Amino acid sequence: MMLQAPVLIVVIPLMFAFIAFILGLWKKGLCYPIVLIALSLSFLATLQTLNIVITSGTIHYRLGNWSPPWGIEYVIDYLNAFVLPVISFVALMVAIYSKKSIKKELPDKIVYFYCIFLLQVTGFLGIVVTGDMFNLYVFLEIASLSGYALITVGEDGAPFASFNYLIFGTIGACFYLLGVGYLYAATGSLNMADLAKLLPNLYGSKVILVGFSFFMVGLALKMALFPLHVWLPDAYTHAPSSVSALLAPLMTKVGAYVLIRVIYTVFKPYFSIEMLPATTILSWTAAAAIIFGAAMALAQTDLKRMLTYILVSEVGYLALGIGLGNRNGLTGAILHILNDAFMMLALFMVVGAIIYRYGGRRISQLRYLHKKMPFTIAVFVVAALSVIGIPPTCGFFSKWYLILGAINAHGWVFVAVLLVSSLLNAILFFRVIENVYLEPHDVDIVENHDMVVSVEEAPLTMLVPILITGAGLLSLGVLSGKIISTIIQFAIPAGF
Amino acid sequence: MFDLIVSKYNYWIYITLMMIGFYAMVGKKNLIKKVIGMNIFQTAIILFFVSTASKKGGTLPIIMHGHGAHAVNAASYINPLPHVLMLTAIVVMVSTLGVALAILIAIYRKYHTLEEDDILKFNK
Repeated sequence: MMLQAPVLIVVIPLMFAFIAFILGLWKKGLCYPIVLIALSLSFLATLQTLNIVITSGTIHYRLGNWSPPWGIEYVIDYLNAFVLPVISFVALMVAIYSKKSIKKELPDKIVYFYCIFLLQVTGFLGIVVTGDMFNLYVFLEIASLSGYALITVGEDGAPFASFNYLIFGTIGACFYLLGVGYLYAATGSLNMADLAKLLPNLYGSKVILVGFSFFMVGLALKMALFPLHVWLPDAYTHAPSSVSALLAPLMTKVGAYVLIRVIYTVFKPYFSIEMLPATTILSWTAAAAIIFGAAMALAQTDLKRMLTYILVSEVGYLALGIGLGNRNGLTGAILHILNDAFMMLALFMVVGAIIYRYGGRRISQLRYLHKKMPFTIAVFVVAALSVIGIPPTCGFFSKWYLILGAINAHGWVFVAVLLVSSLLNAILFFRVIENVYLEPHDVDIVENHDMVVSVEEAPLTMLVPILITGAGLLSLGVLSGKIISTIIQFAIPAGF
Repeated sequence: MFDLIVSKYNYWIYITLMMIGFYAMVGKKNLIKKVIGMNIFQTAIILFFVSTASKKGGTLPIIMHGHGAHAVNAASYINPLPHVLMLTAIVVMVSTLGVALAILIAIYRKYHTLEEDDILKFNK
C-alpha cells in the first residue's frame, strides 16, 4: 500500500470526485464528508511520500510498469515532495471552510461543486507529481478546465471573467503544448529526465530555442506573471469565496513549480542562465510585476480585488526568485511557494468569511468589524504582517532569502524593488487595518456601526481552518530554518 | 526563399492557421468568434504534431504477423506517437470547447448579447 503512495495521491481525489457525485445525487449531505475523507487521505498520502523521499531519496513510480522513457513515470524528488503536501493541505482547509459559504452562495449546485472541486485538486496534484511533459499538459488542462467551471458559478460578472480566463488559459496551454511538440520533434522523448539527458547536445538548435520560449510564455500566462496577468484580478474577484480561496493560493504556485521544473530540471541551469537571457528577462518582468501589482492594489477600494493584485505582486516574488538563478534566490522562491500559499489562503478565507457574515467588502465599510469578528480579523492581521514581511511570520523568511539572492546576483535594483514593495504592502494593509480598528473621523461612516451590530463571528467550519492557517503562518516562520535544512536545500536543482 | 516555403509547406500552413486563430481570439469582439478562433488555433497545433510524425513514403506503424525475426526499420514507418498524443489533445480541446460554450450560454442568459463591447458597457 505504502509503495503505491505516489499514485494514490492522484487517484484518491479522482475516484472520490465520481463517488461524491454519485452519492451526492442520492443524498446531498454526503458530499461534504466524502470530500473531507478524500482530501484527508490524499494529505496523508502526500505526507507519507514526503517521508519516503526524506528517508530514502527520489521515488520513481512507473505507471502500468512500463519503463521510461516509453511509459509515463511519476518522479517525486525533494522539490515536488515539498509542494505536494502544501497543495493537499490547502485543499483540505478550503474543503472544511467551504461548507457554509457554498450553502449560501450555491445552494442548488453543492453536488456539482464538490465533484469539480475534487477534479481541480486532482489536476494540481497531477501537475506536481508527474515526470512526463505531455502528462503534465493533460493535468494542466484538467486543473484549468475545472477552474473555469468553478469561477463561472460566482457572482454577477463571473461568467465573463471566466470566459476571458478561458481564452488566456487556452493560449497558455496551447503554447505549452507547442513547446512539448518542438522538444519532441528535436529529441523524440517526452520524459523529463530523459529530455534533460538528451537536450544538452542540441542546445544550439533553433528548434529548442523556440520550444523553450513557448514554454516560458505559456507558463507565464498560466501563472499570471505581469504583463500576462490580465485575466487574474477579474476571475478571482468574481469567483465564489471558497473557489478564490482554493485557486488563488494554488494555481499560481503550481505554475511557479512547473517553471522551476522546466527552466532548471528539463533544461540545465547553464542553458537558462548563460546561453539565453531567459532568467534575466524573467527577473525584470518579475520586478515590474511586484511594483505594478502593489501599485494597482493601492488603487482598489474593494478588499477582495486588492488581494488579487497583491497576488499578482506575489507571483512577481516567485518569478524573481526563480529568475535570479542562484542558490539563495531559489531557496527563497521554493520557500515562498509554501509561505505564499498559506498567506493567500488565510487572506482569501478571511475575506470570504467577512463577505459571508457581513455582505460588504469595500475597505471603507469594514469599521468596527474587529469587535464582532475578533479571531477572523486577528488572522487577517497576522497574514498582513506576513505579506509585509515582519518576523516571526513566515513571509519574512522567504523575503529574506530573496533579498540575499538579489544581493548575490548583484541586482541592486531588485533589492530596491523588494524593499519598496514591502513598504507598499505595509501602506496597503495598514490602510485596511486602520479602517477596521481605529475610531471614525467621518460622520457618515458612523452609520456603519449599526450595520455591523448584527454581525457575528464566522461559523465554526470557517473559523477553524482560518485559525489553523493563522497558526500555520506563525509556526512556519519559526520552523523555516528546519524546513530549509531538511527539505529545501536538497530541492534545489543540480548545478547550483 | 520560395523553396523553403514549398518544401515545408505543412509548417507554413500550421503557422498561418495558428495566427488566424490567434488573431480571432485576441482581436475579435464577438465571443463566439473568439471561440471559433480558439478552435482554429488548437487545430493548427494538431496539424503541427501530425506533420512532425509523417515521412515521405512511410507506411503504417504496424508489424504484419508480428514478433518475426525481421528488425523494425524506424525510417520506413510513420511515427505513431504524435498521433496518439493528438488523440488526447483532441479530447482536451473538445472539453475546452464544451466549457467555453457553456460559459457563453451563462453570459447570454445574463446580458442577452455576446458582443464584448456591450457586455463591458453593461458591467459599468
